[in-house]
Amino acid sequence: MGSSDLSLTLLRLLGPAESELDCDECFAVLDRYVELQLGGVDADRAVPGMHAHLAGCPACAEEHESLRALLELDSMEPGAS
Amino acid sequence: MNELLLPSAKMPAMTKPSSTDASSRDWLRDLRADDPVREEAVARLRSLLLRAARFEVARRRPALPQLGGAELDDLAQEAADDATVSVLRRLDDFRGESRFTTWAYKFALLEAAVKVRRRAWRGRELPVEPDTWGSFEDPGAGPEERAERALLLAAIREGIATALTPRQRRVLVALALDGVPIDVLAERLGTSRNALYKSLHDARRSLRAHLEGNGFTRDGSTGGW
Repeated sequence: MGSSDLSLTLLRLLGPAESELDCDECFAVLDRYVELQLGGVDADRAVPGMHAHLAGCPACAEEHESLRALLELDSMEPGAS
Repeated sequence: MNELLLPSAKMPAMTKPSSTDASSRDWLRDLRADDPVREEAVARLRSLLLRAARFEVARRRPALPQLGGAELDDLAQEAADDATVSVLRRLDDFRGESRFTTWAYKFALLEAAVKVRRRAWRGRELPVEPDTWGSFEDPGAGPEERAERALLLAAIREGIATALTPRQRRVLVALALDGVPIDVLAERLGTSRNALYKSLHDARRSLRAHLEGNGFTRDGSTGGW
């Protein structure tokens, strides 16, 4: 295991440096956050604590990635949603 | 509309905030209407959520190599059913801060992701001890870096052993070292993801305090991390 693996493990053990949302708060704003990201808006400024939570919570990070990917797919398939 | 949003002219149509989104208004109107309008809208919603659930199950398929296509689709169908119930129950929570379909999607993605994680761990015992200690050797690291790393890891081990409550220790080791998904651990411990994350947050804070008390700092000025 190299230094990048160690960095990831340290992040998982010690958490993000910044204050963060909890999982329920993350879920509540996830849709808005992703739309802001895809719109080129500074989503991290608009939703403080979200970036830190996604760094510290693998499950919420996966769901964030999935929602983003699904919306990107929709944008390539007009009418899909 | 949130004051931090940039002017809508700078945003593509697909990401425009939806307080004035006609499609979102139509969804809400139809889902609140009487039958048969509502019945048809619920069917459309369920179809939308099934698409999202299938999308998520397909993304997580490597976690379930033992399941065939029919079983994976059953998982997506169950997720779509549960997500439909959640969306209808929480309809009044929709604030128009995204498109309605984006808001609804997240329920299906959550349900599908949780079901996949739990199915992948079904029948598996949770690890009792950390299984990644001793595997942090980096052949490219110099002697000084390796020595600093050894000190940090020793302090972390000591902190986990002495600075955490038994519950914090169990949660931190399972989630951070053993890779147990938070939804799986929440199910085994009879709690929620959010409650468990708060335990994890408290454990991390205690561990950081232990490291700082031993001269380690996050910025690296004193053999930090």
